[in-house]
Amino acid sequence: MTGIKTKGTQSIGRFFLDNAVIIIFLTLTVAATPFSGLSIHYIVQEMITRIGRNSFLVLALLLPIFAGMGLNFGMTLGAMSGQIGLILAINWNICGVEGLIFAALLGTPISILMGWICGTVLNKAKGREMVTGYILAFFINGIYQLLVLYMMGAIIPISSPAILLSRGYGIRNTLNLEGVRQSLDNLFMLKVGANPYLLPIATFIVIAVLCIFIEWFKRTKLGQDMRAVGNDMAVAEASGIPVDRTRILAIIISTVLACFGQIIFLQNMGNMATYNAHDQTSFFAIAAILVGGASVKKAALPNVFIGVILLHLLFVVAPRAGQNLFGSAMIGEYFRQFIGYGVIALSLVLYAWRARADAHRAREGLRGGAAAAETGSPI
Amino acid sequence: MPNFKQFITDFGWPRIIIFIFLVSLFGAAPFVGVRLDASLSDVINRFGQNGLFVLAMVPMIQSGCGLNFGLSLGIIAGLIGGTLAVQLGITGPFGFFAALALAMPFAVLFGWLYGRLLNKVKGEEMTIAMYVGFAGVMFMCIMWLVLPFDAPTMIWAYAGKGLRTTITVEGFYDKALNNFMALRLGDSFVFPTGEILFVLFAAFMMWLFLRTKTGTAMTAVGSNPDYARASGVSSDRMRTISVIISTALGAAGILVYQQSYGFIQLYTAPLQMPFAAVAAILIGGASVNKATMINVIIGTILFQGILTMTPSVINSALQTDISEVVRIIISQGIIIYALTRKTKVTK
Repeated sequence: MTGIKTKGTQSIGRFFLDNAVIIIFLTLTVAATPFSGLSIHYIVQEMITRIGRNSFLVLALLLPIFAGMGLNFGMTLGAMSGQIGLILAINWNICGVEGLIFAALLGTPISILMGWICGTVLNKAKGREMVTGYILAFFINGIYQLLVLYMMGAIIPISSPAILLSRGYGIRNTLNLEGVRQSLDNLFMLKVGANPYLLPIATFIVIAVLCIFIEWFKRTKLGQDMRAVGNDMAVAEASGIPVDRTRILAIIISTVLACFGQIIFLQNMGNMATYNAHDQTSFFAIAAILVGGASVKKAALPNVFIGVILLHLLFVVAPRAGQNLFGSAMIGEYFRQFIGYGVIALSLVLYAWRARADAHRAREGLRGGAAAAETGSPI
Repeated sequence: MPNFKQFITDFGWPRIIIFIFLVSLFGAAPFVGVRLDASLSDVINRFGQNGLFVLAMVPMIQSGCGLNFGLSLGIIAGLIGGTLAVQLGITGPFGFFAALALAMPFAVLFGWLYGRLLNKVKGEEMTIAMYVGFAGVMFMCIMWLVLPFDAPTMIWAYAGKGLRTTITVEGFYDKALNNFMALRLGDSFVFPTGEILFVLFAAFMMWLFLRTKTGTAMTAVGSNPDYARASGVSSDRMRTISVIISTALGAAGILVYQQSYGFIQLYTAPLQMPFAAVAAILIGGASVNKATMINVIIGTILFQGILTMTPSVINSALQTDISEVVRIIISQGIIIYALTRKTKVTK
């Protein structure tokens, strides 16, 4: 009897632990929404826009997770490549969807190179990929600034003086993306209802194509190899899979996708903070996928979309709720950043904690046989 | 010759490049019209300002917790101590020690909680430390707005509540250590004796501590956990102690920084501070799992030297402000270099 009872509480405890981030998040959002005083119509429209704007970036995180490399903090490298593409598209005044395609074509080789660098560095830092990727993003940010702030206009020819700083070289702090602004979103904008909701169908199609690609990719030989590497590098190596090469490929694909994702993100925003636009890219994308219920080792398509909706729902309502509850918009702003960082910390802690508890249980099982495994630590 | 080669491999070429870079900056300084005595004075003062942050890296590296990217938690404890001292109106140099005393209980509490957390996530300490630190800073941003501080020098005048972004410590503990036995040579060289003594004293205490029974046990936990367990040392306990010491040093560090700088910086200011300390100790020759007092002192001087000299020398030479980019590339580059060394990852 007691055995069944412990098992019962254990499974409730486990369910809560497995979904702690999602549960905490739902509770917070449900509590904050009424205080924001925003209309349902506004919130729904905002969510539709933000799904189109952010999903692609979040999807870029999936492959490295499959390959067991954790959350790809190095995706920022791809974002910077995309921005270089956009700067040059604006420079040559290529407008509309063509401008976006041009930026993507230009960003692709840069992001392949960046992904190769990132993958090679991460292979040298096995076991601490995440912190290394994070620092690498900072490092490449330095190179990016060197390139954009000092070389563009001085060494790299820039023909449009409108985007240069008044001193004659270096790109302006804020870039107006008027030529390509929402060109993908507006390519086929569907209006639904009397008080119309705007649905950017073209953007959604691009995202859907990527989802299909990822599902297809998982079934290819390379995709299977990635999973094998993610499960156990030693076993994969023994069965003849080139582990290092597979890991580098996962990062390269992720970086290229992040490059496209950043272009989609920026065309929706319509303006680009040349030196800060990429700062928060990995932060928001990673927070989103974790809020959606993914972990360092396990993620799937639904996590991406649940995550984007939940995270951005809170981001939309928090500043207004803070304003209405405490009389200060700053509190809401700080609160949403606290939540973002806190969610990442919490999911990483829960994951590492659970991994250790599982290892502990497995050890107990070996020592005391099945009985010990049954009543092992209630985590 | 083989000795020299061994030295190069041990010290690592990035550090040697950085060293040569700094020496050439000093060499070039007089030619571009930068005063050497003023620069030296600046480097020494910055050494004092940042020394404790770098020293705070040592215990956690030794106990196998890795680089303390969550140092901001200690800095927050120091900020609480500083603001409380000003709120209580403790004026004059004594205020510094009052702030230190007020900060310590918070530092120990934060360090204890943070240490317990890190014990649960062995192997992932650094990434988690970073995000716990970030979340802590953002949480305190809210707290600075809502906590009932009411000293008129600290709160926004027009709102009547909420702490200011920067608070002057003039009249409180401004230059409490710097002015103690300060040596003035010429009109642009000042040696902040009290501040340097304080940092060196702390480093000496750390050196002594690492040689006590507890200190040795802590190092043992970091370098060989199995051996430590076999000889009856509680690994979790030692790690927690190391985190508490690191956090307390972070708290003391920000107070030393404030008394020299003259201001308390609140809100998002502590967000990036741990990265500079991490870069400094790595430039000094430490690895992810071994650090000595020599690493701390050399690293702080080299890193702060570069931070001081690049803006003045390079900007005068090239007529452009490229120093920020140089700072990013050097500090983040050295961290990547250290993270990618083939060292044993402590599990």
